[in-house]
Amino acid sequence: MKSNYLIIYFLLFSIFGFSQNYDISGTVKEAGSGLPIPGVSIQETRTKKTAISDLDGKFSLGGISSGSTIIFSYIGFKNVVYKVTSNNNSLSIALKEDTKNLEEVVVIGYGSQKKREVTGAVSVISSKTIELLKPIKIEQALQGTVSGVNVISSSGAPGAGLNIRIRGVGTNGQNGPATIIDGYVGELGLLNPNDIETITVLKDAQAAIYGTIGANGIILVTTKTGKKNSKAKITYNTYTGFQETTRILPTLNATEYALLLNESYANGGKTLPFPNASGLGRGTNWQKQIISNNVPIINHDISLSGGSDKVTYSVSGSHLDQEGIIGQKKSDFLRNTARLSLNADLSDKLKIKTNVIYTYFNRRSLNDNGLGSVLFNALNVPATQKVYDAFGVLSLVPNTTGLGNEIINPVAQIENTYNKYDFKKLNGNFGFEYKLSKNLILSSSMGFNTSNSKSKSFAKQVSYGGKVFDNVRSSVSQSAINDNDYSFDLFLTYNKKFAENHNLTLTLGNTIYKQWGSGLFATGFDVPNNSWEFADIGLTTGISAALNNGSYTYDERRLSYFGRLQYDFKGKYLFSAMIRRDGSTKFGPENSIAYFPSMTAGWVMSDESFFNKSKFLSFLKFRGSFGTLGNDQIGNNGYLGLLSGEATYVFDGLLVNGKANGVIPNPFLKWEQERKLDLGLDLKLLNDKIAITSDYFYDVRKDLLIPGIPVSGIVGPSAPGSGFPTINAGTVRNSGLEFSIDYDDKIGENLTFKLGYNVSFIDNKVTEVNGADFLAGGVFGVGQQPISRMEVGHSIGYFYGYKTDGIFQNQAEVDAHPSQLALGANAQPGDIRFVDTNGDGVINDLDKRDLGNPIPKATMGFNFQMNYKNIDFSVYTYASLGNEIVRNYERVLSDANRLNYVLNRWTGEGTSNSVPRVTTAATSNNVFSDYFIEDGSFLRIQNIQLGYTLKSKFVERAGVSKLRLYTSVNNLYTFTKYKGYDPTSLDANPIGGGIDNGTYPSPRTFMLGLNLNF
Amino acid sequence: MKKHIYLPVVCLLIIASFAISCSDDFVVRKPAYSIDAENYFNSKSDYDSALVAAYDLLQSTYINALLGEIASDNTLAGGESQTDVIGYHQVDDMTHTPNNAELKKLWDNMFAGVQRANYILEFKNKTDFEGKNQIIGEARFLRAYYHFELVKWFGGIPLNGDKRFKLNDEKIIPRSSVADVYKTIEDDLKFASENVSATPAQKGRITKGAALALLGKAYLYQDKFTEAALTFESLISNSPYSLVSDYNTIFEMNGENNAESVFEIQYTDVEGAGFGCLQCSEGNVAVGFNGVRNYSGPFFSSGFSFNVPVQDAVNAFEIGDKRKDVAILDIEAWAASTGAQFGKGNEHTGFFNRKYLPRVRTNTAAGDLNLTNPNNYRAIRYADVLLMAAEAYNRSALDDTKARTYLNLVRRRAFGDNNHDVSLSGSALTDLILDERRTELLGEGHRFFDLVRTKKAVGKIAGFKTSKNELFPIPIEEIQFSNGNWQQNQGY
Repeated sequence: MKSNYLIIYFLLFSIFGFSQNYDISGTVKEAGSGLPIPGVSIQETRTKKTAISDLDGKFSLGGISSGSTIIFSYIGFKNVVYKVTSNNNSLSIALKEDTKNLEEVVVIGYGSQKKREVTGAVSVISSKTIELLKPIKIEQALQGTVSGVNVISSSGAPGAGLNIRIRGVGTNGQNGPATIIDGYVGELGLLNPNDIETITVLKDAQAAIYGTIGANGIILVTTKTGKKNSKAKITYNTYTGFQETTRILPTLNATEYALLLNESYANGGKTLPFPNASGLGRGTNWQKQIISNNVPIINHDISLSGGSDKVTYSVSGSHLDQEGIIGQKKSDFLRNTARLSLNADLSDKLKIKTNVIYTYFNRRSLNDNGLGSVLFNALNVPATQKVYDAFGVLSLVPNTTGLGNEIINPVAQIENTYNKYDFKKLNGNFGFEYKLSKNLILSSSMGFNTSNSKSKSFAKQVSYGGKVFDNVRSSVSQSAINDNDYSFDLFLTYNKKFAENHNLTLTLGNTIYKQWGSGLFATGFDVPNNSWEFADIGLTTGISAALNNGSYTYDERRLSYFGRLQYDFKGKYLFSAMIRRDGSTKFGPENSIAYFPSMTAGWVMSDESFFNKSKFLSFLKFRGSFGTLGNDQIGNNGYLGLLSGEATYVFDGLLVNGKANGVIPNPFLKWEQERKLDLGLDLKLLNDKIAITSDYFYDVRKDLLIPGIPVSGIVGPSAPGSGFPTINAGTVRNSGLEFSIDYDDKIGENLTFKLGYNVSFIDNKVTEVNGADFLAGGVFGVGQQPISRMEVGHSIGYFYGYKTDGIFQNQAEVDAHPSQLALGANAQPGDIRFVDTNGDGVINDLDKRDLGNPIPKATMGFNFQMNYKNIDFSVYTYASLGNEIVRNYERVLSDANRLNYVLNRWTGEGTSNSVPRVTTAATSNNVFSDYFIEDGSFLRIQNIQLGYTLKSKFVERAGVSKLRLYTSVNNLYTFTKYKGYDPTSLDANPIGGGIDNGTYPSPRTFMLGLNLNF
Repeated sequence: MKKHIYLPVVCLLIIASFAISCSDDFVVRKPAYSIDAENYFNSKSDYDSALVAAYDLLQSTYINALLGEIASDNTLAGGESQTDVIGYHQVDDMTHTPNNAELKKLWDNMFAGVQRANYILEFKNKTDFEGKNQIIGEARFLRAYYHFELVKWFGGIPLNGDKRFKLNDEKIIPRSSVADVYKTIEDDLKFASENVSATPAQKGRITKGAALALLGKAYLYQDKFTEAALTFESLISNSPYSLVSDYNTIFEMNGENNAESVFEIQYTDVEGAGFGCLQCSEGNVAVGFNGVRNYSGPFFSSGFSFNVPVQDAVNAFEIGDKRKDVAILDIEAWAASTGAQFGKGNEHTGFFNRKYLPRVRTNTAAGDLNLTNPNNYRAIRYADVLLMAAEAYNRSALDDTKARTYLNLVRRRAFGDNNHDVSLSGSALTDLILDERRTELLGEGHRFFDLVRTKKAVGKIAGFKTSKNELFPIPIEEIQFSNGNWQQNQGY
């Protein structure tokens, strides 16, 4: 307390000693632009007399004694010191930006941290990157921009879901990371990308503060807020784009098709289907019939933000309207969002914040994946078929053995598809921070999501001439779903500096999370006029003897307590430890509680005195983390036996419904746990121009919660409405290396540029499967056994099938090889030669082997941005290496169309050693083998953009602070050897992923846009 | 400074009190609008509802009839190609191994049926009400039916009395002997025959007659010919059943649940179905699988061309046997006379299993039409009972006259006269009865098991090996689940 007395003494002394007082006033400006800076803190050093610059950068401070020092400070700018020697009412203070001291702050969950002190593996994506990438859905901004994150789209259709994987596939249950928006559990994919300030990805044990939901990684989203003491700023962004497909697959034209079919029939000893193939020409290119060019996409968003010294606000709205490249309006997506963010300092001690987002979207969709999808049909209908028949009616694909009973006219299929999905959601949070004392803050927040969705699909009465899609009775199915949740946080943060150099932060609190909701489903039959216009249950006239209504209700909860200790010495030695205790309703009462401890440590070596800070190496930090995280993302009530099965039989010719057991319960269900180890290194070179981050990780996920794990049939899992239980059934290990380098520099005054590269290597191994030798999944062809497996010693979801060894060139080769009869037919010259891997002299089931897997060995991103005067240019690319894709969009039927690689087929000795002969006779060539596996590696130019910022008097006079025009191309080009549409649009199932069923490709989009700030 | 200590304490108290108010009880909640399986059976209607569930799995036996027929010398697997449902092709060629998805389904579905019957029997004493023995009797019949299928296909299986199997029982409970399985089947069917009404309350319900017929069949499969003969006799002598005069009507829609139907599995096409869960279909999936590929024309509708009869099966019919044109569709002849169009599938023989071919559908039929055919499966026909009785009387050497009488009842209908009556006896009569079973029951899924139990399969069924193919292998998955508890069947 002595020092306090001294200060008072000096203060008194100074007042008496310097009785001459001055008044000063003026404006604070930014040195570069000359724009006024509001909110600058102006303080006289001795009396602590302060003022703050207003919205126009103006300030005034009175009664300053002569010789006093005034400090002008503002975050991100170098302080300016001014010595008062006289009255001055026209001071002009220019603040210079200080990039070095602008400490980036990173949110880490229940708090934030200076970036230089972060000890976990954390990646951050800023709004700048998002602005450049123009993602339609925000997940796309994560692809290639941060290491260790892979984004897979299950379909390129507008509005289709995207799957994020952080550091590989850890489980075959829920694999996606949890998203925390401004502190509450939210949904990433629904956000308007322009509402986002930063996205922080927690990849390692640091996420343990979120215990329960942290095992798949955590994505923290911070939405934009207004800035204090700033004038209302209006931002308007818009773009218009035109989309097209990146590829049309080279299918056979009519003449090629007819000749090939003739050969195939001749080889099968059948009469030629096209005795005269001349004059057929090229025929119909079915893909071009269904894939459109110049398909529009339009986006607008506008935001208004600003603040006074106590209150900040941000209001925004957006509108996106996208049509699909296949089916146009039949596969469209429309999204509107509105958002309000309001923060207020009610007193020095109490701050409140609120943030509310409203989202509306609707989409229509086509059958876009698998047997019977629109693209699948377009690839398989022969080019000899016409779209319309002689009467101008959409033609029917003949119902023959050779064309099967699923292949239908895809144009008719699109025309007969009717559905819509509407979704409304309100989410947000209300929170406060109360400063209990100088070191202690109490924070609380209530976050919520509430959404309503309804869907309708109309099954038109339609005939495709005896195909499986024939529908003899029209019906309309509707659903209404309501989902809600809240997360309530209450926590204390204690922050104290001891003895100059010891910094301590303690966080202690709890989170209550509850989600509940209900769904209602119904179907009405006999839609008036068999028309979409009348397709509503209220108008239907028919009933069905079967149960057609359904509903569900759920109520799931989590209760969590957590504590975290962060300590650092001089910001040089960093340490943190945390523990979280979680309770979840997903498990039975005995297993509902679990503890998740973790710790991190770091050492900023470059702060050591022995460290010679050279120009070359300016910053060096080592860090490490180790901890346990959990996962409870499984179906509800898995531990309980419920009568939710199907019990339907027929008595007296009528359906009778009873009650039966549902999914087999597993009373022993417990938490899935992941041990994560991360060792990392951050360094900066050449005056911080180059930043390098590298991490090694070793994650072991045990007690995997695997839904639908096969169990013995004697317990009845195959009964209708039953199913395999969820079991803690295995261990998967993901280990790998991540590396990223960013180079930020300028050449001369006018040219600034940024280069970024990141790469992640992942090795995935299953180390334990309980209760079964392997788990199988993944559909290939028709009626074949599952081709994907999870098995010890292999990557999760590896492909299991026959190895091939070229083509039999002659009968002697056939005779010299073990019999392939067990695969379906005896081989003949021109057939695929399968490898007798176990050497038992016969080719059968036992010869199947690991044929590769859909997990990329490495993924990488490369991006480049540059500004020259008014011009900006950027390129984003990403690549995936070493992942396999299974070609499964060819319907193996004698008369289906084929890709033109079959033109290189075997037709006699020495003609081909890779593509087998064509024949209608029985062969084993279609059994799943590596013949159907292709290298899915690719490099994609995801975005290329050229912008021009107008700087003219005229613009300034109109009150416009920024006007930028740009043109941009998304998904410009993909370098790949893969034959299918899109190596990025694939099923992401852990077991059964990487199988291409003719998926809707991601479109290429040409955009023209405008950014306008007032 | 006191204030600084005071405040955190207050805050901790706030947090603590909050935490207590939402203690771990917060994460203990009862699922809303759900019925807990362990707290059921509180009223008669609960038992009724659970019984419907036990009946449900009967519909999954489409695979037993289809695969049973394919396994025999009557038909080839067919389908689209040699790899279309490879499990069928392997059974057809007798090259099947323990790794066979179709056999696994059969195993799973039958055990699911056992499990659902045992769910009722496990709680049979919980609530009393009038008419309970009828329900228990039906449940025990169903268990016996599923057990009988399992023992036919796989031999000895694990049994757990009147209790459901739990997870991990497969590692503890051994496979019972074939004799023990039959013992429980006999006990169940005796109970059912004594407690179940002779006339069904609803069409499709189990009757006393059905219980006796299955009991007799179970004896026959054990070569207990005397017990079989007596059982069949007690059924025939008080029989509410009779042969319908026109064989052709039996397999049409209006022939369902007719006077000849002793036990019939009920199907309908009012509810949709998909490939994701074939056993969930309320329709007879086998019918769509049997259907003529890409058929368009009168009377029938199309299917997947599996299970196609071979020439040898067609030749089995004597001249003048009216059953031939009911059992066999000669598609070329049919197309020539009606103008029907059709496609040729794999292993096309030109013949189809006409009894269970898809018929033209109504316009209220729910899709996928291939999977929802409403044709009931005539599991036990009175003609079958008569032939089994004839066999029992003949092979027990009790009474060949009676055996001939029953056999000739069937033959008189088949030929529409008495000129084809049989007068042989002894083993010659046995052979005739077996031949008659083939022609009378062609396409109904019995042939393979008749050949096996009479030890005549070798040489008739291509690829059949003695001391191996009498039984099908326990699915590989099950052997693995049992963790060494269950031995694989001989030869696999």
